[in-house]
Amino acid sequence: MSTETIDLKTRLVTDFYAREAVMNGEAQSEFHQTKRKALGIFEDRGFPTPRNEEWKYSNVRDLISHQYQFTGEHAVTEEVIDSLRIANLTGNILYIVNGRYEASLSTIVSPADQLQIKPLHEAIKERPELVSTYFGQLAKSESDSFTALNTAFAHDGVFIHVPAGKVVDHPIVIRFISDARAENVGSNPRNLFVVEQNAQVKIAESYRTIGEERSFTNTVTEIFVAESANVEYYKVQNEAEKAYHVGTTHVRIVDNSHFYSATVSLNGGFIRNNLTIELDGQHCEAFMYGLYFPDGKQHIDNHTLADHRQPNSYSNELYKGILRDRSTGVFNGKIFVRQDAQKTNAYQSCKNVVLSPDATMNTKPQLEIYADDVKCSHGTTTGQLDEEALFYMRSRGISKNEAMTLLMYAFCEDVVSQIKIDAIREHLEGVITEKLAKK
Amino acid sequence: MLKINDLRASIEGKEILKGINLEVKPGEVHAIMGPNGSGKSTLASVLAGREEYEVTGGAVEFSGKDLLEMAPEERAAEGIFLAFQYPVEIPGVTTINFLKTAVNEIRKYQGLDPLDAAQFLKMVREKAKLVNMNDSLLKRALNEGFSGGEKKRNEIFQMAVLEPKLAILDETDSGLDIDALRIVSEGVNKLRTPERATIVVTHYQRLLDYIVPDYVHVLYKGRIVKSGPKELALELEEKGYDWIKAEVEAETAQ
Repeated sequence: MSTETIDLKTRLVTDFYAREAVMNGEAQSEFHQTKRKALGIFEDRGFPTPRNEEWKYSNVRDLISHQYQFTGEHAVTEEVIDSLRIANLTGNILYIVNGRYEASLSTIVSPADQLQIKPLHEAIKERPELVSTYFGQLAKSESDSFTALNTAFAHDGVFIHVPAGKVVDHPIVIRFISDARAENVGSNPRNLFVVEQNAQVKIAESYRTIGEERSFTNTVTEIFVAESANVEYYKVQNEAEKAYHVGTTHVRIVDNSHFYSATVSLNGGFIRNNLTIELDGQHCEAFMYGLYFPDGKQHIDNHTLADHRQPNSYSNELYKGILRDRSTGVFNGKIFVRQDAQKTNAYQSCKNVVLSPDATMNTKPQLEIYADDVKCSHGTTTGQLDEEALFYMRSRGISKNEAMTLLMYAFCEDVVSQIKIDAIREHLEGVITEKLAKK
Repeated sequence: MLKINDLRASIEGKEILKGINLEVKPGEVHAIMGPNGSGKSTLASVLAGREEYEVTGGAVEFSGKDLLEMAPEERAAEGIFLAFQYPVEIPGVTTINFLKTAVNEIRKYQGLDPLDAAQFLKMVREKAKLVNMNDSLLKRALNEGFSGGEKKRNEIFQMAVLEPKLAILDETDSGLDIDALRIVSEGVNKLRTPERATIVVTHYQRLLDYIVPDYVHVLYKGRIVKSGPKELALELEEKGYDWIKAEVEAETAQ
């Protein structure tokens, strides 16, 4: 139907060289060379097809059949932001709109000696050594086309540095807003969080779309957790029906560090989350919680990897999903225990409730173990709500609908209660209650 | 209050209840006894509206209404309460929240305004005291990790809160030690009123030492084969069920 003759990939590649042409001297910088290399990989590989095992159940055909405006232009005002506010949320609240960091909308309350927050491109200029030590070390362009694409266009996004020994009192909440009111928009936000030894911080990424047009968000976050540091990381998605989201979070934790994550995907047309945690130290712990609740024709795919590289580490994963209508879900969770990683404890569980005969859930737990003294377990269940529990509740006078709502809410709460930023947890509980009431 | 007339029910094509007749009046306590597999729990489940059972014949009238036409939640709102033999664990739903929802749904059915948080809490505390229910259990997920005794006590506590017209206790004594049995029975006895009727389903006479029935019925092979005063329970305790079985077989042979 469209008169466009070039596809999304060609358009992006052309775009890259057009930008490069007006860069003057910066095109020679080390950072730009990294981007150029990433573009080469993207150009070479293109977008994945279902023939790629990793993308078997998540077809991006629809995503790439449209064009998006990647310039970062938008018409989001204070007023619009006000309408998107999360009640009672205080702390460091940053806004990235259509991929662009908006300093005027953002609030930073933590003192500079506790925490440094900057848009990525500023951090590259101001702290080039620090950034280049970490940037691209975890999320490699070679391993994934979307990461390559993100790297090629990496400009804005948030750089966070927590110095050694600092406990950041206030949470950091990064709100990614896609303003798709005027046209289809695309963005490649790139985040880099470096948490030094013995430091502590809570960080949340929240994704929202406004408007009726399409949005394509391709985000990459790299998180480095140093010795004895403690990081809580939450990713919250409440996007629109025409929102496409591909997000990769790649984490490395080392000796005695702790990483807690919760990924809660409540709405979005097409969502693919990749979460990789490298447990590259002894006595470190990683927790991965997830909740997805697609309805209509929404598609939510979570790929996770717990990569145990050293002895004596612990990972525990719980993902839960409720699927309604004609929605589809994917869970692909891998536990990888390398030969050196003796005494690993790794647990994984994925539980799904499929409420409609037209909804589909694909689960694929994978254990790959090369050490011989480990404790690992995994289990997935996919079924309906517990009939016995429903009857019990109804026998006390609770209507079938209300009983189902209570059971589903409790099912979600198992994951949502893991979120320790109160305002965000309460906000999600509200969204879930609203979504449950829709039926 | 409750009139059961020639009730027949089956599960997965197998007939379990083969023509039950029973009338229960306000304030009465009826014990239903019988050997394993006689259909006692089925009768309790059918009255509460468990959907796995198919009612194949007969009628049940409750307070003048056709009970079998009602959904389980409507039966509860009309005043039927089933204390489960195996109370269900429901993770993530606290007992207090569960009961608040139940009370207000029933009030809505009855055309009453919902209780506010303060009114509800006051009422719940009084009832908890009545059945010696520890307050701390109320905030925990419903029955999750409760001991057998705690679960049964929670059933009686729920009964106290919901104030049914007809309480059906399904093998409430099973799995209880003597102390737990006494506590649970005391709870039931405190809830006896001239209006409230109770059906006690049990295999053993033991429970009837504490909850003294007005009538005892013996269920065998899906029918009530013998009814009598409370002394019948003692006779059963003494002689077992074999003589009843023999009587029935003899009758059938004729």
